[in-house]
Amino acid sequence: MLDLASNNGQARQEQELANSPLAIRGLTVSYGQKPAVFSVDMTVEAGRMTAIIGPNGAGKSTMLKAALGIVPAVSGQIQVFGKPLEAQRARIAYVPQRASVDWDFPTRVIDVVLMGLYRELGLLGRLRPSHRATAMDCLDQVGMGDFASRQIGQLSGGQQQRVFLARALAQGADLYLLDEPFAGVDAATEKAIIGVLKTLRAAGKTVVVVHHDLATVAEYFDNVFLINTRKVAEGPVAVSFSAANLQATYGGRLATAQVDQLALALG
Amino acid sequence: MSGEEFVPLSLTPLLIGIFAAVACALPGNFLLLRKQALIGDAISHVVLPGIVVAFLLTGAISAAPMMLGAAGAAVVAVVLIEAIRRLGRIEPGAAMGVVFTTMFAGGVLLLEQTDTSSVHLDVEHALYGNLESLIWLDATGWSSLLDPQALAYLPVELSRMALTLLAVSLFIALFWRVLKISTFDEGFARTLGIRTNLLGLALVITAAVAAVAAFDAVGSIIVIAMFICPPAAARMMSNHLEGQVAWSVGFAVSSAVLGYVLAGYGPLWLGAQDAVSAAGMIATVSGLMLALTARFGPCRTRSGAPVGV
Repeated sequence: MLDLASNNGQARQEQELANSPLAIRGLTVSYGQKPAVFSVDMTVEAGRMTAIIGPNGAGKSTMLKAALGIVPAVSGQIQVFGKPLEAQRARIAYVPQRASVDWDFPTRVIDVVLMGLYRELGLLGRLRPSHRATAMDCLDQVGMGDFASRQIGQLSGGQQQRVFLARALAQGADLYLLDEPFAGVDAATEKAIIGVLKTLRAAGKTVVVVHHDLATVAEYFDNVFLINTRKVAEGPVAVSFSAANLQATYGGRLATAQVDQLALALG
Repeated sequence: MSGEEFVPLSLTPLLIGIFAAVACALPGNFLLLRKQALIGDAISHVVLPGIVVAFLLTGAISAAPMMLGAAGAAVVAVVLIEAIRRLGRIEPGAAMGVVFTTMFAGGVLLLEQTDTSSVHLDVEHALYGNLESLIWLDATGWSSLLDPQALAYLPVELSRMALTLLAVSLFIALFWRVLKISTFDEGFARTLGIRTNLLGLALVITAAVAAVAAFDAVGSIIVIAMFICPPAAARMMSNHLEGQVAWSVGFAVSSAVLGYVLAGYGPLWLGAQDAVSAAGMIATVSGLMLALTARFGPCRTRSGAPVGV
């Protein structure tokens, strides 16, 4: 009887793994001696918006980069829609931190968005008018259609962020991973981005965002993942975004008053 | 100048200069945008001892041993840099600086201490090459271009440099899209499944092949100048990668032609007797072009928002 129950539990867990857009098991990443991410498990829920939160240097971005193979992991397993990452690259769209690239690079807005079509175009595939139309459509979705032929260095920070989002849209993925998309952008851009992300969710896509603003977590997201080198908690915002979990994640770095305020806001 | 004089004396050095300049400028565009522009400089320093050792072992200047020697020297350099970086616990840039200058000095020392007087291998040749001596004595005029007998005696550097340029151009054309994506945003490129490490290595190897071939024909001065000056000047003329690369080819060709002509005739126009080094003049002209574009180029100012805002 007991055996059967645990078998069932295992089966359910395996089912969950196979269905999850992104399942991370035992991920450890290390820069030099000190681990940046230590033995982290994460199971992203399909069709939801998940925020990854934690203090500066907690390994939020590193975890995402390691899950995508951008930085090497010491150990860990990654499954994307139940298969290894390499087989599923076409189903993933990634938006890096805006500050990670040199915006003086000689290229135009439309060319950046066209980079999102690389998997379709391949090494030497010819760029057709239909590809340009797709890229323009993605720019329109983020409200940047009028800027298509601008040099990217001429954009404001918020506009650059929207161009990055348009490039991700052009990838036509099922899983969207965004690293700090709201960092240092204007209010109009933040509104535009969250609008696009909600549209994606309504279309059944899964969205994972590295997020730094605790005040908007409850408003924007369904699920939350708290990390400080190790995983602290993961689950629906209503359950896991609790004062106790925040205290455990941020420790002394989050003032007690802030925690109380957040607890109040959460009811 | 008549064809009888131009074809045997000036046509081949001019073409070799142009091919070498363009072969270095093409990969130079990407190295510049990846903030690795000094790699060309580094390569041309590091390969000198390898080329000298290859000559001492074989006793002749021929392509295969020199390429092997250059490649061997590059491997030694990589190992040394890694060792110094780890043992000395210093940043890679400093380790590179130490290794490159030391190896170049070692190469010069080897040259000075050994007897290479029988061939065109000395410090001056290493720096300035011997562009002026790559002449085509069997040519009698433009008609020689159709004469198989004369064509058989074209300087071997010409075909070698032409082949190098062809290989470099093919590499850039074939990998244009992935080079562009991974140079702009390496992290994103990796999520697309692009092997950015391999691609970066291939780019450096391509640059190294161009550097060694050009080094052999025209000396390290041109190599260093052509990796940086035409692409940097071109960046100030265009805000698109396609435009930048096209401008850089234009700058490379025009500095080769202008530099060669000025070196040969400039001193005569000024009333002096001898010509000056063509390689040195080509490098000087490319530097002047960079200075002019830095002052007057349409895309020379940063237009973007400050980083991090």
